[in-house]
Amino acid sequence: MRLLGYIIRRLLQMIPVIIGITLDAFLFIQLLPGDPVVTMLGGKASPDEIARIHAEFGLDLPLPQRYFLFLGSAVHGDLGTSITQRTPVTDLIGQRLVPSLFLLVYAVLISIILSLPLAMLAARRADRVVDHVIRVTGMVTISMPAFWLGLLLILVFGLSLKLFPISGWGDDFVGHLRYLFMPALVIGLSMSPILIQSLRASLLDVLRAEFIEAARAKGLSPNRIMIRHVLRNALIPVITVLAVNVGWLIGGSVIVENVFSIPGIGRLLVQSVLSRDYPTIQGLTLVFGILVIFVNLLADLSYAVIDPRVSYQ
Amino acid sequence: MSAATENLPMILKPRSRWSSWRATVAGWPTGMKIGVIILILVALVGIFAPVLTPYNPIIGDFSSALVPPGWAHPFGTDNLGRDVLSRVIYGARIDLEIGFIATYVPFAYGIILGAIAGYVGGWFDTVLMRIVDIAIAFPFLVLIIVILAILGPGIQNMYIAVFLAGWTIYARLARAEMLVIREQEYMLAARALGYGKLRIIFRHALPNLIQSSIVFSMSDFVLNILLASALSYFGIGVQPPAPEWGAIINDGRDYLLQAWWISTLPGIAVIITGVGVSLIGDGLGKILGQRNG
Repeated sequence: MRLLGYIIRRLLQMIPVIIGITLDAFLFIQLLPGDPVVTMLGGKASPDEIARIHAEFGLDLPLPQRYFLFLGSAVHGDLGTSITQRTPVTDLIGQRLVPSLFLLVYAVLISIILSLPLAMLAARRADRVVDHVIRVTGMVTISMPAFWLGLLLILVFGLSLKLFPISGWGDDFVGHLRYLFMPALVIGLSMSPILIQSLRASLLDVLRAEFIEAARAKGLSPNRIMIRHVLRNALIPVITVLAVNVGWLIGGSVIVENVFSIPGIGRLLVQSVLSRDYPTIQGLTLVFGILVIFVNLLADLSYAVIDPRVSYQ
Repeated sequence: MSAATENLPMILKPRSRWSSWRATVAGWPTGMKIGVIILILVALVGIFAPVLTPYNPIIGDFSSALVPPGWAHPFGTDNLGRDVLSRVIYGARIDLEIGFIATYVPFAYGIILGAIAGYVGGWFDTVLMRIVDIAIAFPFLVLIIVILAILGPGIQNMYIAVFLAGWTIYARLARAEMLVIREQEYMLAARALGYGKLRIIFRHALPNLIQSSIVFSMSDFVLNILLASALSYFGIGVQPPAPEWGAIINDGRDYLLQAWWISTLPGIAVIITGVGVSLIGDGLGKILGQRNG
């Protein structure tokens, strides 16, 4: 029951930010220089068409009224019609959302699988050679442009060794896993150094705690202590780091989707920007903003599940 | 020197500026020294680009297009016959400039606003922090792409976009620090002395609240170079034929199998610069961590 109250409170707290996000997405089209409709259609539009789109966006109405119209339709899932694809923006984004979410979850899993053992090693050998090697390798990894690493993987594992497909996202679950492996690896690698460093710090904190002394005094093996007692307590920072950096993760997926031609919302965003498809850009702005808020909410809720001591105040 | 100072013990003699510098540098962590050397070298390479390269970075020689790496062209040539290494060397100018401008203009603006908000509180603080909340709710890259969709591509607009989105994180950092510093005794003393708000904020609080932002700005610097190169890749950042590192990598995208060197080798420049700056940030963090216990 307390959890339910907490969820409701968190949802209420989200309202101002969500209003801000919708306001941003709305103002975006209003901020376009000149007549947005003419800009959108790129000069090749007939006066009829311009008038039609003017009416569609309600551009003749006062600004606040237009905002509430936009908000009203957005709540009903109507984000307007794509200029280039001639389909509803909601449908367009809906089709592309699944590959993007699949890619993000896949990337997070890869990143965790890479980071956990390395962070444990770095914490256990803190300030020794292995620790320094892991940290400097992390600096190298985080300095790699994601699209550069993507192109490198395409060149070596795709084109030369022909181990992995280089574009698309496959037809079934196993296909998705295969097609999205290299893209997810690129995002996972860029996330890992951040994850390793904060995991290492929290592991060191836990290792110094009294209950670990007690476990050691009981004669438990170091591996058992690490897995049973230390890791569990270090999980919270993992979630925090992932939630704080969800924007960084999404940024990575926008880049990678374009490198590997994955039909996700990141690729849609860049395509829409290049083809000046403003209604689609507007819809995507909204979706990306809400995605970040949603992930943060999810993170807050998962603390409660993992650590019973977290209070819901 | 007067007779009075000659009789003072050695310790009290003012050290020369040079020797105090040397003492400071000697106290740096090893990694930080390496980082500073790397960054200075990259900057020197950029400054002396015309001396270091016999080739024009913009105009190529079509008769020597797609030449693999060798003595004449250590990084090979691209499809337009331009020497890739020369382009990478000239690129140091562009990418370092992007790193500095895209990081430190938002840095200055954000810190000033954040410090004022943290000190005066009230409606100014509330409004500013709501703006920050909303800006932070968007993934940074998405925000930049959307702003560029409004402004149009190009390096100037990229600076504007990064400025519009980037100051928020510094404002948040500076505000958080100010809330702590505001209650320190030296701040109370300054207030008791009747100093004006501006003097207290800028002369007394700012030097102390700026530290965590400086450490953060190092990783921001790396991210901004990566951001610029990603925007070049999308075709909405630095416009061709400017030899921005990301743009050079992008030049080779269609020639991956025939000429792997165009896309792969320039990445090394990004990594070296990134590691240099990260090492400095790491060292600064360590020094501040020690000072603050």
